[in-house]
Amino acid sequence: MALDKFATFTSSAIPLPIENVDTDQIIPARFLKAVERKGFGDNLFRDWRYDKADQPVADFVLNNPRYSGTILIAGKNFGSGSSREHAAWAIYDFGIKVVVSSFYADIFKGNALNNGLLPIQVSEEFLKHIFALIDADPTTEFKVDLENQSFTIVKTNESVSFEINPYKKECLIMGYDDIDYLVNSKEDILAFEKQRG
Amino acid sequence: MEAKTLFDKVWDAHVVKKIEGGPSVLYIDRHFIHEVTSPVAFVGLEKRGLKVFHPELTTATPDHNIPTIEQHLPIKDELSRKQVNTLLSNCEKYNIPLYGLNHKWAGIVHVIGPELGLTLPGMTIVCGDSHTSTHGAFGTIAFGIGTSEVEMVLASQCILQPKPKKMRITVNGELKKGVTAKDIALYIISKISTSGGTGHFVEFAGSAIQSLTMEGRMTLCNMSIECGARGGMIAPDEKTISYVKGREFAPSGEAWDKAEAYWRTLITDKGASFDTEYTYDANDIDPMITYGTNPGMGMGIKASIPDGSDLEGSDKITFEKSLNYMGFTAGEKLEGKPVDYVFVGSCTNGRIEDLRVFANFVKGKQKAESVIAWIVPGSKQVEKQAQEEGLTDILLAAGFKFRQPGCSACLAMNDDKIPAGKYAVSTSNRNFEGRQGPSARTMLASPLVAAAAAITGKITDPRDLM
Repeated sequence: MALDKFATFTSSAIPLPIENVDTDQIIPARFLKAVERKGFGDNLFRDWRYDKADQPVADFVLNNPRYSGTILIAGKNFGSGSSREHAAWAIYDFGIKVVVSSFYADIFKGNALNNGLLPIQVSEEFLKHIFALIDADPTTEFKVDLENQSFTIVKTNESVSFEINPYKKECLIMGYDDIDYLVNSKEDILAFEKQRG
Repeated sequence: MEAKTLFDKVWDAHVVKKIEGGPSVLYIDRHFIHEVTSPVAFVGLEKRGLKVFHPELTTATPDHNIPTIEQHLPIKDELSRKQVNTLLSNCEKYNIPLYGLNHKWAGIVHVIGPELGLTLPGMTIVCGDSHTSTHGAFGTIAFGIGTSEVEMVLASQCILQPKPKKMRITVNGELKKGVTAKDIALYIISKISTSGGTGHFVEFAGSAIQSLTMEGRMTLCNMSIECGARGGMIAPDEKTISYVKGREFAPSGEAWDKAEAYWRTLITDKGASFDTEYTYDANDIDPMITYGTNPGMGMGIKASIPDGSDLEGSDKITFEKSLNYMGFTAGEKLEGKPVDYVFVGSCTNGRIEDLRVFANFVKGKQKAESVIAWIVPGSKQVEKQAQEEGLTDILLAAGFKFRQPGCSACLAMNDDKIPAGKYAVSTSNRNFEGRQGPSARTMLASPLVAAAAAITGKITDPRDLM
């Protein structure tokens, strides 16, 4: 099924300078009871975003009017722990298109890419640099160009390149998904089964 | 011939084809599904008008979202009931074997797979659950996947995967008294951190690993995801082969002989290379406990929490946030701190040997009055065996109650939630904020450390009572 095609865009960013953000924080297990994929964005970072009385926690970044945008900047080892794809769904459903961190957990990274959410990996130094820029000016804008694999700080024109598997890059740009590919590989799969006996 | 690792041998035997500049199409021998991560995959199949390609290679059981008491009654929570019923109807529709609540083979998916002989050496196994790494104990490539990937496997029995890097973690020597597989796991993660294994598939090797029982190996491989690795595996040996033999779905007769001969070839060749290697001495490992909010924040039970003075920037923010959540102070000891809850169970430590260790320790003693303990077997078969061996009676006499099988307080999707602010010693796998209930405080440990805490009501070195 077609994903949204990933186009170049410019946006301000939401900073989350916490390391090892696990998928239980991104979406707690008690919100995984749905049988359809909808509404997960409402519970994104639920226990950091709302207090015990379900009131918004004023200084949490998603509630803080200083910050907005479709880019989330997070500390290293983002998305560790549970394999729940609901974490990628929640982030995407909230309106985030790109996560920037210096390190990602493997399963989260795969889940993100399978849902049109681009995880961009930058160096520790660059990550620190962008956290400092946003801290000084939360309207700081960034340009994400997947075609050229570049992430640019608009006002200074500082640009870094990021890695992405060429197959996944094409999938994101064209809006293809892996299931289409596998279903079209049926002949090869049958041949493999036959040869194994 | 090129020297290959155990991982290479199993991986190479399952590559259908490789996409130029991209991942490989990897054939999957066994797909486990449960109620939480499968429904959206079935919705996807339906939308595309696809069938399940190999229902007979898929096995389903509800485990994450079920109560652990009164399992004979309809599930009270409406959303949980709907999710479990959705699994039932999807399995019926697509002809997938299912072991539902109250079936004699029901249980936590990673406990029942090995128990039934559905998990065999040399296989590729996936499940929409990160602790699928458990099955690596048999020399399988087993790893957790997301729901999109569950849909891929249902549709094609294959998955697209880039080949991970290879890591070997060797633990040599003899384990000290009171030290278990869980302690090895927590020790390794405390050394390499929760991201040290990322991008890698781990092979565990060395005399201390070989000395572990199959259940101990499952505990260790189960926790390999907690160091960030895709999975962990251990080469099959005599213990593996005798564990598998005679199990319900294990091959028999001529097929067994052929399989066994193949399994014996699944070892890392001399001279095969790894991208990363770590070596540890078993003698350095003490019973472990975690003090923070990720499994890498662990230490020997008599040790002190690091003082954190060397940290700066987001490392410092993260460390302080974690201790603040736990209500602990940098530099202090945990030994002697009060414990409110003890949880024994989960795919990490919910097997019969775990219950034996716990029962053996508490035998003739009494549970501390201040402690609420949940003892949750990993499967119906574990529950039955515990009754047959008299473990249930020992636990009852010591003031403990037995619950029914399920994931329970490990992730607290059901009612088994640790209340806000309370301290739990848990044999499960994750001490993340809120993992065992909103604002619950989790300290991960072995069943032995859990038993000592349950008896004294405090963090206690079990060796002091042995």
